[in-house]
Amino acid sequence: MRYLAPGTLDEAIKAFAAAGSAARILAGGTDLLVQMRSGAVKPGVIVDIKKIAEMTAIEETAGGGFRIGAAVAGAVLGEHPRFGKVWPGVLEAVNLIGSTQVQGRASAGGNLCNGSPAGDSVPAMVAAGAVVTLQGPNGRRELPVEKVPAGPGRTNLLPGEILVSFTLPQRPPGSSDAYLRMIPRTEMDIAVVGVGVSLTLKDGVCTAARVGLGAVAPTVLLVEAAAKALIGSKLDDAALNAAAAACSAACRPIDDKRGTIAYRTKVAGVLLKRTVAIAAKRAGGK
Amino acid sequence: MAKLHVSTTINGEPMEFLCEPSDTMLDALRGPLALTGSKEGCASGDCGACSITLDDRLVCSCLMLAVESEGREIRTIEGMAHGDKLHPLQQKFLEVAALQCGICTPGMLVASDALLRQNPRPSEEEVRFWLAGNLCRCTGYDKIVRAVLETAAETREQGTRESRQ
Repeated sequence: MRYLAPGTLDEAIKAFAAAGSAARILAGGTDLLVQMRSGAVKPGVIVDIKKIAEMTAIEETAGGGFRIGAAVAGAVLGEHPRFGKVWPGVLEAVNLIGSTQVQGRASAGGNLCNGSPAGDSVPAMVAAGAVVTLQGPNGRRELPVEKVPAGPGRTNLLPGEILVSFTLPQRPPGSSDAYLRMIPRTEMDIAVVGVGVSLTLKDGVCTAARVGLGAVAPTVLLVEAAAKALIGSKLDDAALNAAAAACSAACRPIDDKRGTIAYRTKVAGVLLKRTVAIAAKRAGGK
Repeated sequence: MAKLHVSTTINGEPMEFLCEPSDTMLDALRGPLALTGSKEGCASGDCGACSITLDDRLVCSCLMLAVESEGREIRTIEGMAHGDKLHPLQQKFLEVAALQCGICTPGMLVASDALLRQNPRPSEEEVRFWLAGNLCRCTGYDKIVRAVLETAAETREQGTRESRQ
């Protein structure tokens, strides 16, 4: 195995593309090193992207928008003076990935590219309307975050493409977000269900909403029907029940040791209501 | 294949070592660097027994490559005591018997120290959440949590006394 730590994105892409399927990207490494250790992955080349400035930068754009490098560690994002105030739901999701130790290294980029349906940051990023920037041998392109996962452990990145950053949009006044997950213990476990909600309130009426749902299908889902049920309402019981039903209807979960299909499907609706309540409170509504 | 040459700083001392590209920091610490205080429990980031700090940030040394320490500052359990004088957390762990077999202890101490540097006044809940990535199979955590809280309280008291003098 060879280890490379290029200082520019162009060099990284050249090295990554040249090594083909034998290459692996190293951001925080909290998934990759476990996969290497278990023998699931035997990389010929590791391309460490943390020496590339763009990959580790957090930039604030106008109106509460942010550009977050794909390799920014969760703990670093948590220390940013503004990010958690503007996007509290995204931050709480990122800060649920593993332990304090894991937070010191694990990145939202790695969480997304690992392709787990239960990745905690992904439903919150989907709810936030994040767009990812990808760069490969054929140049740059952008993709809504919900288009990245292709199935458990698989993404829609093209051969040789590297995830560079997440762009979170500007937020109108009265906007906020939240993320909740159900796990069998209070810390350090994988989501049985994860729900991210981002919304905007104007005079108590929900004018915009997005709902991301994790761990209940082969990929994290954008649940447009749930958002539609919330938009135009005052987040009354009828709207919440309709949105919860839409979340449950979107579920295509598996039975496993953490939860049954019936349990996950029901919890998705319950969690949606709780997450909306937190996001609405933060947005200055009820 | 040729080994990689790495220059790093460990517990304030400049160090150099050779490693394979696939070696973890824990492999390097316990191998060529002969710093065996950091323990290997799970080797998958679940147990925290190999906790170190990398540029003052708490990480699992089993989840980073040794070569990634090039030019960085590493701190391990070996850097915690000053000569024969134990760190207050180490002293308190002994006093309240916050260990049995001791495998988890280095990681617990390094993690607790990182917490108290960042938050000198943690609540019990904050201690428990912070240490959620450090597993102990002997004592059941209560004595460990008590040791951290008591050390925090005594360190604060001492700080107040010193500033009054």
